Formats: sequence, structure tokens, C-alpha cells
Amino acid sequence: MPSGSALLQYAISGLTTGAVYALVALGYNLVYNATRVVNFAQGDFLSLGGLIMYSLLAAAGLPLVPALLLALAGAALAGAAVERLCLRPAKSREIMVLIFITVAASILLRGGMKHLWGKQALALPPWSHEVPLKVAGAAFTPQNLWVVGVTLLAILALSLFFGRTTVGKAMRAMAANPRAAALMGIDTRGLATLSFALAGGLGALAGVLITPITSLSYDVGLLMGLKGFAAAVLGGYGCFVGAVAGGLGLGLMESLGAGLLSSAYKDVIAFVVLLAVLFLRPQGLFGSKEGQR
Amino acid sequence: MSPSIQAKRFMAGLFPLAGVVALLPLVVTNPYYLGVLNLTALHVLAVTGLNLLIGFAGQISLGHAAFFGLGAYVSGILSAGYGLPPLLSLPIAVGFVCLVALVIGVPVLRLSGNYLVMATLGFNIIVTVLLVQMEDVTGGSSGYFGIPPLSLGGLALDTDLKFYWLAWGLALLGLVPARNLAHSHVGRGLRALHDSPQAALACGVPVASYKIRIFVLSAGYAAVAGALYAHYFGIVTPKTFDIFKSVELVTMCLVGGMGSLWGGLFGAAFLTPLPQLLHVFQEYQDLIFGGVLLLLLMFLPQGLVGRLEESLVRRGFGGIRPPLEETRGSE
Repeated sequence: MPSGSALLQYAISGLTTGAVYALVALGYNLVYNATRVVNFAQGDFLSLGGLIMYSLLAAAGLPLVPALLLALAGAALAGAAVERLCLRPAKSREIMVLIFITVAASILLRGGMKHLWGKQALALPPWSHEVPLKVAGAAFTPQNLWVVGVTLLAILALSLFFGRTTVGKAMRAMAANPRAAALMGIDTRGLATLSFALAGGLGALAGVLITPITSLSYDVGLLMGLKGFAAAVLGGYGCFVGAVAGGLGLGLMESLGAGLLSSAYKDVIAFVVLLAVLFLRPQGLFGSKEGQR
Repeated sequence: MSPSIQAKRFMAGLFPLAGVVALLPLVVTNPYYLGVLNLTALHVLAVTGLNLLIGFAGQISLGHAAFFGLGAYVSGILSAGYGLPPLLSLPIAVGFVCLVALVIGVPVLRLSGNYLVMATLGFNIIVTVLLVQMEDVTGGSSGYFGIPPLSLGGLALDTDLKFYWLAWGLALLGLVPARNLAHSHVGRGLRALHDSPQAALACGVPVASYKIRIFVLSAGYAAVAGALYAHYFGIVTPKTFDIFKSVELVTMCLVGGMGSLWGGLFGAAFLTPLPQLLHVFQEYQDLIFGGVLLLLLMFLPQGLVGRLEESLVRRGFGGIRPPLEETRGSE
């Protein structure tokens, strides 16, 4: 039986990656609710945010906060560009075609980032000092706190946005019924672009938070993007509470699976549990019913 | 239009194509390019099966590379590790993959939309990790090698050209049962399922059982392609069968034309050699590939062949889809 401190250690690292999965999953949900499209370029926003931040900190010598804001803005712009330049002019409205347009956009974005920043791994410095903190025998870095704390803030900001602002409420109306929303005078096209921009910003936020812990390269977002998608599905696609629960659940499952069972099989454990959940609840943990016979 | 006329028209499309395939080796003698053509034929086989599932039944799978890979590994390991003749190991591998598809399909096909995408992706990821981690059996991430070539009654298919005849022969032959299926009452039921599962169910189409059967069939196509791959290249690695391969196969369906078997063929024939051709652009390769794909999907959503085929069928040439008028009439 593993000790309590080891379990705490696994829980801390699980919550850290889980928070990042949750941010990525929220990005998927934003886009899905506005457009019904699964945006497979979501993971690339994560890499893009980290890479812009790296260039601004290392090359331009900007302080942390302006660099962070510019990185988010840059990825938000990329997100809006995916909607305006790739999806909106597309001839087909068939969801399958639109989804694979985002796959093509993802290949293009990755190609561009590889070209601009190269293939090598880069190191993004942590946000504050690197001295590990110790609680009850478990060690963690201040960056772990940043990840969890900033993610909580982002979730709070999003729930205020959707609950209190007119634009946020309009987006919820659009998610419920796009046609009715358009008839009520809501600018659904503009909101579609906005949802992609927000998703870009959320992805970049995930990127600047986690890449000081993992590593940074043009394709770091690929796997994170997939895990975020898995988290969104686990929680119930399109559901906000589900994205957070799914992200944290997946992160915890991975780190506990790696620590207690086998690190080589951690992805297998996570995905087997995911499949098992889907078999029992085809609509995800918090989703509304979508499965069928 | 009677089925026999439809069949004749299909054959009228197939024979010229077979002619082109038969003449190509006269022009292409470079073994590297022959290799690319052979890989194309294997992709055609896998995409034909996948197209039945996606284009006809409307069920997306981003896990077909797993079936492709399982077919390759099982046939490879049985022949190289256990000394079975490839002619025996290949059907065993295909049977095994169909069984796996059946076991996976029953729960997975209850899902729809994004949940189905995720479940098939997850299955593929699990298979890839298992292929890497079960080193004793699979050779781990460096792959499994020493797989013998296929031999038909003493004739070993050990050169690129000999394999070319088998691979393209099967790729073209594989279109025939797929075409027949698409035109049978099962095919019409699948199309109904594609447009509206509820309506299909109400009309007496056994939706659940059709979905599973077509899933198993398409997995079988992928397994044949995979097993052939193993015996041709002699080596299999887990990376060849990861989720990106699955995405690639679906992309071939889309770019060629969803729901058109010719489309799948041309999608595979276009996208398989494209990265090799783009090699000359070096660092711009990914950008150009992504750009070409993006523009095709944006502005030619019915696929390379989809549009061409519609106009050909209207003029009375062979097509796999029933003519538009007839489809409209039966609605």
C-alpha cells in the first residue's frame, strides 16, 4: 500500500495536468456550443501560446504579465482566423467536412510553428522561483500552484461571462438553438468568431501554464489537445461542469494509474476507464442524452 | 434501371482503370515509386472498407489504423514467430480482427457523434500503446521484423513488381463486393441509416445489426490491407498504425468523395504519394500539404470524384452511385 504522502504527490500532479486538460476541454466546448464543430486545432493554440510567450520573454525581454497577455491575444487571433478564413468561406455546411477542415488547419498551424520556431525543444521559465514547497511529505513547485490557481480564476471568469454579461447570455442562447437566437437578432456569425477567439485564448493560457513544467515545442499541443478532447467527452461534450470534472478526473486517473499500477500503461488505463464510462453512460458524465441503440 | 445495367456500367468504369493499373509498371520502374504505388493499393483497400462505414452508413471511425495494425502484427507474428505460411496466417489475422471489431463494435456503435469519434480514437490509442509496451510479443517501439513475403503455390511475391500485381488486383477486386453491397437492399438500408437512423428504424431497417456488420466488414478490409503490408515490407512498427494513420485514412475518404467508392480510390491515390512529391519543398512540405488539404475541403467538399461522378452518371457512364433522378424518385 503506498504511503499517504505518495498518494498526495500523485494527486498534486494529477490535479495540475487535469487543470490544463480542463482548460483545453473548455475551449472545445466553447467552439462546439457555438458552431457544433469539434475543433481539432485546439491543441495547437496551446503550443502557439507557449511559443509566443517564449519569444516575447526571451527575445523581446518583456516582463511576465505583458508577455502573457500578448501570447493570449496572439492565439485568440489565430483562433478567430481559423473561423473566419477556413470555416466561414467553406462551401459545405456538413459537420464532418468542417471538422476535417480544422484538422487541415491544425496541420497548417503546426507546419507554420515548426517553420518559425524550429523543431527543437525550448524551455519556458516558470512564472516564479523554482524552490519546491513541501506539504506532508509531498513536494510541488510554485508553478503547480499557478496552474491550479489561474485555472480556477479562468473558470470563475468564464462562469461570470456566461451568467452575467449580455454577450455571454447570447452565446448560451446560440448553444441552445442557433436559429432561434439568430431570429432574436443575435449576431451568430460574430459569436462564432468570438467563440474561436476565446477558445484560442483558453488554449494559450493552458500552454503558458503547463509548458514550464513539461517542455515546449511546436507539437507539444498535439497530445494535450487529444487529452482535452477526451476530457470534454468524459464530462459530457458541450457541458461546462463536465469539462472541468472530466479534465480533473482524467488528470487524476492518469497520475494515479501511473503511480499505483504502471507508468507505461497510464494512457491505456485512462482510455479504458474513459471507454468504460462511455459504455455505461453514452452521453458522458454530465451530458444530456445523445447515445442510442 | 435494372441491376444488371448498373453492374455493366460499374464494370465499364472498372476495366479502363484496370488497364491503367496494368500499364503503369511499364512507365514506373523505379522500385521506390513502385513501393509508393503498392502502399497506395493497400490504402485503397482500407479506404474502400472505411468508406462503406463512413460514406454509406454515416458512422465515423478514427480507429481504423488499429485494425490495419492488428492485421499486420497478427499475420506477421504468426508467420515469422510461429512458422505459419503467410497464406494461412493472413486469413487467421483477418478473422481475428473481425472478432475484435465485433467485440468492440457492439458497445462502441451505440455511441454517436463526438462520443463515437472519441471511443474509436481511444481504442486506437490503447492498441498503439499495447503494441509498444508488449515488447516480448511485438518487439516494442522498434517494431517486429523478419516477416516473410507471401507466396502463392511456390511463387514468392518477393519483388516490388510481383507484389504490385497482387495488391492492385485485390484493391480493384475489393471494389466489387463493396459496390454490390452498396446496391443491395442492405446498401439502401445503410443510406437510410446515414440520413436518419430513426426513420430507417421505423422503416424496418435493423439499424443496430447493420451498423455492427458494416463495422466488422470495414475492419476486415483494413485487416487484409494490414496483413499484406506486413508481408510486403517485412517490418511493422507501432508508429505506422497510430491515430494519425486513422485520420489519414478518413481524410482520403473525404478528399476523394464520401460515399463514392471511386472517390475512396482516388483519394488514396492522391494523398498517398502527395507527401513524397512534396519532399522537394523540404521545410515547406507540411505547410503545402496542410494548405492543399484545406483548400480541397473548403472548396471541393463533395470530393475529387464526387462531383465528377455526378456529372458522369448523369451522362450515362458507369458510376457506383445510382443516378440522381432515381435517388430522388425513390425518396
